[in-house]
Amino acid sequence: MADASETGNETGRTTEESDVTADPTAAGEQPAAPKAGIGTGPGRLLLWLYGIFTVAALSRSIVQISMKFHHAPLAYTLSAVAGVVYAVILVALSKGGESARRVALVCCSVELVGVLTVGTLTVADASAFADSTVWSYYGADYLLLPLALPVTGLLWLRRAGQAATAAPAKAAAGGEPRG
Amino acid sequence: MVDAVIITVSVTALLLAAWCGLAAYRDSPTKDWHFIGMAVVTLAALVQLVVSLVQLARGERPDHGMAVFLAYLIGAACTIPAAAFMSLAERTRWGSAVVAAGGVILAVLELRLHEIWGAGHG
Repeated sequence: MADASETGNETGRTTEESDVTADPTAAGEQPAAPKAGIGTGPGRLLLWLYGIFTVAALSRSIVQISMKFHHAPLAYTLSAVAGVVYAVILVALSKGGESARRVALVCCSVELVGVLTVGTLTVADASAFADSTVWSYYGADYLLLPLALPVTGLLWLRRAGQAATAAPAKAAAGGEPRG
Repeated sequence: MVDAVIITVSVTALLLAAWCGLAAYRDSPTKDWHFIGMAVVTLAALVQLVVSLVQLARGERPDHGMAVFLAYLIGAACTIPAAAFMSLAERTRWGSAVVAAGGVILAVLELRLHEIWGAGHG
């Protein structure tokens, strides 16, 4: 958590510096910084929520796996997998850059497929899993955020990607001292 | 768990969420006053941590497991400080949105703490 906010701090600073030199109206139109934009602006809210879900899902599955794994092996393994997927997205968002954006896109897709599959299974047959997971009933236990997060994440990552491809052209036009 | 402490933390957390949500709606980053609000909520969560540890030391036990209870307790104490650091890094409306989300999440954690501790203890 501390690492994430520190790196976020650095990117926040560079954005501010370039804002001073760049045309202020252009900077206002484009909230995403060219390179590491996926963890700033609206992305910071995603980063925060993914951070919480990483801690929640991983600590929950650690407790469950260490204390009563035999009770519901599939459900607890699933919770652990969900936690790992959240963790990867968290790291990708805080790291930034094009390859991290691609990794986050893949993981958000996996997450969406997971929550839809597990959600549908639990709605169709409540006894599908021996114990509830993060993704049971589309994440109703968690304010439906497990369903909302991947959808929001995919939309945001797509937009950030478009902003990143548009940015080099703007930098070439002048006004942006650093890429 | 003392109900008064849970209610205090929940209500202050939701007030903070509404206040910072309003700031986000008005396209404003978190200001000094917001950070004082975060300090108040954090203080309440720390009081809860101490009160709970005293109760555990006196031999009272949560209904639904010690490990889970402690995890939620520590999580509740860390939520708002973590949100505060993120809103320091993000000096836009989204920094306010982070704290608003943190307030709602803390209220949910309080609800869970209440369930884990169990209604029988009062």
